[in-house]
Amino acid sequence: MSVESKKTIFNNILESAPLLLLFISVLNEFDFNYLNYKYFSFNFPFILIYYWSLKKSESLGYGFIFIAGLFNDVVIGYPIGLSGLTYLIICGFAAYLRNITLRPNIINDWLFFLLTILAATSINYFLLISIFNVDVNYYDLTGNIFFTFLFYYIFYHVFEFYYKSVFKRVKND
Amino acid sequence: MATSRDDFIIAIRSVFLKKGNQQRFSLIVLICFCIILIFLSRINFTPINYLKSGLNEVVYRISFIVSLPEKQINNSFVAVNKHLKLYDQYNNLQDELKLLKGKNYNLNYLQSENERLRKLIDEYIINSDELVAKVLLDKNSPFLKSLIVNKGSKDNLKIGMAVLDGPYLIGKIVEVNYATSRVLLISDLNSKIPVILEPGDIQSIMTGTGKNFGKIQHFEKEYNFSQKKLIYTSGAGGVFKSGIPIGEFIDEDKIEFFSDLSQLTFVKLVSFEKQENY
Repeated sequence: MSVESKKTIFNNILESAPLLLLFISVLNEFDFNYLNYKYFSFNFPFILIYYWSLKKSESLGYGFIFIAGLFNDVVIGYPIGLSGLTYLIICGFAAYLRNITLRPNIINDWLFFLLTILAATSINYFLLISIFNVDVNYYDLTGNIFFTFLFYYIFYHVFEFYYKSVFKRVKND
Repeated sequence: MATSRDDFIIAIRSVFLKKGNQQRFSLIVLICFCIILIFLSRINFTPINYLKSGLNEVVYRISFIVSLPEKQINNSFVAVNKHLKLYDQYNNLQDELKLLKGKNYNLNYLQSENERLRKLIDEYIINSDELVAKVLLDKNSPFLKSLIVNKGSKDNLKIGMAVLDGPYLIGKIVEVNYATSRVLLISDLNSKIPVILEPGDIQSIMTGTGKNFGKIQHFEKEYNFSQKKLIYTSGAGGVFKSGIPIGEFIDEDKIEFFSDLSQLTFVKLVSFEKQENY
């Protein structure tokens, strides 16, 4: 295998990392629940989907996000299609922000993320409660939204570093 | 004013209808598809149930493999915690052992007396079929407390079967696939179990809280809870047999379960039948 083709495969793997991470996170649900801190949990897929839809929508793709939603429904036992709808609503908000923003900055993105997760989670739980008659603990839900919002700031910097070091480097290659 | 509204409409149209370079579907198509899926699962449309069952089989297996590293971290975390508490636990267990030894002397006599009395009043005896299953996934999501086990319809599992951890009730089967099943834990908000508080013979309904404890949904009247009370299934509704231990009553809003629901590796799946011609 030539050095060039090795480089291309390596670059492809690096570029697919957000998608891989999305599937791992929906299949694994890593949210540190085992720490058993009261009201502490956060939704990593929300952060991942919002960031990458905003910065580089091709890296995830709506079709894959929809499939990840189906997987998430199966893993946590939600009705089929519900998480997919929530994820796609997040994509919609992110795409809207991308379209109207000329000069991106983290504070705008972060505040818009709060609006996005409030809207997406409201729709999600409205459907769960009104159509499927599922009981929800609102304290846990509020805690989840709050920590997801806070953690966005941290993950923003992690993803930004990855984005700059991988996608811009690949472009230069 | 008109220009800003036009801009808004253009941005929204672009969001929902435009496909990116490598996108095969526009956002609006997939959102509509999701809404159709939700609607069809609400009306229990048969092909959707087949799709769900097929997806369950595949995703549970993949998820089991993907979860292994996190499970390892979780186990290490628990092991370290247990080691730190070892000495205190040892002392507590010594005290408890002394107490239990005393109680055990009386137990055999009571058991045989109980059986003799049940025969006298013509009470039926319950037969139970037991099956041991491995826990594939224990997603301690804050919104849904459930487990996935590696037994399904091929092992004659049925919805409603009781799930035990040793002698203690931990949940019931709510979804059966070909080779896997979902167990709704007693700590889930949607779990409602008819229970009896002993001593006192107080009937009630226990519900989950979404945390690692349960609570009593209501009492018929006011009771005085000066004495320590234990909670068992009452057998009302015919789903579970009576007398399966669940936990200890602390107060109306807190029932501590006997079993640690976050540390389950193997569980017993039990169905109960009334024995004929006794």
